[in-house]
Amino acid sequence: MPEVQVTVGSRVGLHARPAALFVRAVASQPIPVTIAKGDGKPVPAASLLSVLGLAVLHGDAVTLQAEGEGAQELLAELADMLAQELD
Amino acid sequence: MSPGRVYGPAERMINTVVEPADRPTRDPERDIGRVHGAMQEVSSHLASLAEQSTGVVADVLHAQSLMALDPQLVANVRELINTEHLSGDRAVWVALNRFREMLVEAGGYLAERAADVTDVRNRIVTVMGGAQHPAPPRPDRSFVLIADDLSPADTAGLDLELVLGFVTANGGPTSHTAILAKSLMIPAVVACQGILDIDESSIVALDGGSGGVIVDPAQSDLKNYRATGTSRREHKPLDNDAGTTVDGWQVQLLANIGGLDEAKQAAAAGAQGVGLFRTEFLFLDKMEPPTVDEQLAQYRGVFEQFRGRKVTIRTLDAGADKQLPFLGGDTEINPALGVRGIRLKRTHPGLLEAQLEAISGAARDVDADVHVMAPMVATVEETNEFVDSARAKGLAKVGVMVEVPASVLMADQVFPSLDFVSIGTNDLTQYTMAADRMVGELARYNDYWQPAVIRLIDLACQAAQRGETSVSVCGESASDAAYAAVLIGLGVTGLSMSTSCLSLVNELIKSVTLEQCQSAAGSALRAKTAQEARQRARALLPQLEQLGL
Repeated sequence: MPEVQVTVGSRVGLHARPAALFVRAVASQPIPVTIAKGDGKPVPAASLLSVLGLAVLHGDAVTLQAEGEGAQELLAELADMLAQELD
Repeated sequence: MSPGRVYGPAERMINTVVEPADRPTRDPERDIGRVHGAMQEVSSHLASLAEQSTGVVADVLHAQSLMALDPQLVANVRELINTEHLSGDRAVWVALNRFREMLVEAGGYLAERAADVTDVRNRIVTVMGGAQHPAPPRPDRSFVLIADDLSPADTAGLDLELVLGFVTANGGPTSHTAILAKSLMIPAVVACQGILDIDESSIVALDGGSGGVIVDPAQSDLKNYRATGTSRREHKPLDNDAGTTVDGWQVQLLANIGGLDEAKQAAAAGAQGVGLFRTEFLFLDKMEPPTVDEQLAQYRGVFEQFRGRKVTIRTLDAGADKQLPFLGGDTEINPALGVRGIRLKRTHPGLLEAQLEAISGAARDVDADVHVMAPMVATVEETNEFVDSARAKGLAKVGVMVEVPASVLMADQVFPSLDFVSIGTNDLTQYTMAADRMVGELARYNDYWQPAVIRLIDLACQAAQRGETSVSVCGESASDAAYAAVLIGLGVTGLSMSTSCLSLVNELIKSVTLEQCQSAAGSALRAKTAQEARQRARALLPQLEQLGL
């Protein structure tokens, strides 16, 4: 399954505003995406509650996975987003 | 938590939610449908509250609106109903409690967000029970609001004019209650265990400065406590003699603004000028930097609010910590120490030139007393380059922000070419103490009462007094009345703060003498710890106590 690793760039980590922006971006398109922290269990990236529960901090590595048409491009876009300061 | 002393009748947050009984579902499909309907209703209710709100509150409400329709929550609830045969409301309760526990276990900042999840849970369950959305009490007199913890949605419907203060059983320094109370200057005490057990008809007195709460106080306990009127200190517009001490020493009371709306508010509140006009708003969300003409029109609008008065405009303070799309660039590991402020001049040479051009154009059009300053200045070279660029554009009053300790240590070289400096105490503290402002555990380092910070400000004031450079302070510290007095004692002649704090600081200034401020500053300079510095200063300023500050 296509996957991409990225280091989270937001200073507050993946909560508050950055988490909501990311989740909204995932939910606004049809391909299911998962996100995992380090070697942890993947959770649905369209679920804000699950994403918050990962407790991703600034500088943590996360892995995104997706399958379907355009998955590669989508993953690249989402990874770009996570690498930036979103707050 | 949020200072001020008030007392009044206690009113509890009306929260009709009852934990749903653990009973089996009779009709799983129907229960799933009911849950889904309630989730949708709560999600859109929260979204509409978000639309009516701004800032952090709006962010939290938008996030809660997403939580209420979370796809994983829907899946978990369905699972609990189908395989564990829980009733619909019970399934929502259990599923959201599990998410909540996850956040509590994560600790720190995330644990504070657990309150948002609890609030969503209560709302869905309440709607499923056919009751109204939880709402704040609406008495027709002033009251002290008692709650477990307040969510942004709770306070969205609150008549803040009648709230004397907040006391909550839970919540921490970054909880919504704390943030809201500070921004509105409503006295508040959080994490007051047992407050929910008091009798309904109790009178509650609270001291937000010390964190003390007295239930049913004796008359003798209530010295310097306010019971009526606005505990929210009245935002009386400043009058002509604002900023003058008892013995006639003059301090300028200035506003921090970030755009035209705030400029209008500041002007209406009688601010004597603007000590910090942040220009980042023009650059946010832009793929291309704004043109000179676009910038000029915006600056002119703000200057027009302050004809004949000082407006200190700061050139763009963006960089790795406040990313702007058109700046691009790589993510830095340590953005607070990265390419920000004046350092962008090397990477984006045209940006500063265009901004100075626009400021100069607006200053020619409007007769405001325009001052221009650069952020994050560390060296003599960049100071001189900035001064040359600004003067070449015809700008008369040029200064820099003092935020980097290096600029203070080099003050005898940095200051002489400047008309003024403005000390940014938030960044000066973070850089002096080498403590990241964003890291909660470092809060005790990030305290502007740290004697090292006070000594640096003292050095800057001494260097400024040797020349013709005036010193003002823009930063949270200027709105701390005790600290404002210390700054005045050190030689600061302009205090710039958010508009809502001006009248409060003015109250103190009008009650003290310059000599008193100087003794407070001298004593704070000799302290060994931040706490001792604060105590020493306060001990020499008994007016703080009398004014309830």
